[in-house]
Amino acid sequence: MKLDAVVRCLEARVLSGAQQLDREAVGAYAADLLSDVLNRTVPHAVLLTGLTNPQVIRTAEIMDLAAVVIVRNKRVSPELIALAQDRGLVLLATHRSLYESCGLLYMAGLPPVPSETLDGGLHGGDAEA
Amino acid sequence: METRKPDQTAPDGPARLELEFAVEGRDFAAAGNAASRIKRALEHVGFAARAVRRASITAYEAEMNIVIHARRGVIRACITPEAVTITADDEGPGIPDIELAMQEGYSTAPEDIREMGFGAGMGLPNMRKCSDRFSIESRVGQGTAVRAVIRNERRGTEGRGLDR
Repeated sequence: MKLDAVVRCLEARVLSGAQQLDREAVGAYAADLLSDVLNRTVPHAVLLTGLTNPQVIRTAEIMDLAAVVIVRNKRVSPELIALAQDRGLVLLATHRSLYESCGLLYMAGLPPVPSETLDGGLHGGDAEA
Repeated sequence: METRKPDQTAPDGPARLELEFAVEGRDFAAAGNAASRIKRALEHVGFAARAVRRASITAYEAEMNIVIHARRGVIRACITPEAVTITADDEGPGIPDIELAMQEGYSTAPEDIREMGFGAGMGLPNMRKCSDRFSIESRVGQGTAVRAVIRNERRGTEGRGLDR
């Protein structure tokens, strides 16, 4: 699903990365625990979260996420938006709840992120390059 | 703060790139800078995508550990064509029971850290998972040293696709 479809589906505001909405998202993951994001997401996934601290953007950068969606109309600081812009990250905000956002995207066809194995095992690999 | 010693080519050794970053405890605004720079350096020198990913996660978890738990520390990355070695040395409280700290879900992080989305007791296990070699030494009251080696996997170990 392209990111502009995500924006329409969630009636989201685009806080950063408006020029990159033609990018494709491979799936979505929802978490308020960044440790889980660092364990579970794959490149080019969308992260849905209620967190608004700078570590969200850092984590998205490290994990090569396609976009971060901040849910339930949380206040997003100008510093966070500036950091996202600096890192070239798509940052979206929606009035919808986390549960509702996940449900809408799932119904629209955006799948859960595929599993990825990053341990010494020889399977898995990047979802998409 | 970054020190860069590019392309030191020893007569008897391969090219290597060494990066070094000072990390301050509780400096959440800067937390992630070192890992981000290491990630970009690995991408720049053409490391395999999966190796970049594993090394970036390892560096970021190590950096967050220093910011969360220690007074200060240093993160280093030594990059060769074959592998990247990431070390994190901190001055801090140390870890009394490393075996316990390596268990998923065990954490001593305070509540404010958990509210930021960290401190779930998954950092060290995730670093070990992402590394080909991982070691940790700690002295209580002095500090902790972590060393992780991630191979630049280009030799057909990816299951599908080579040299992407």
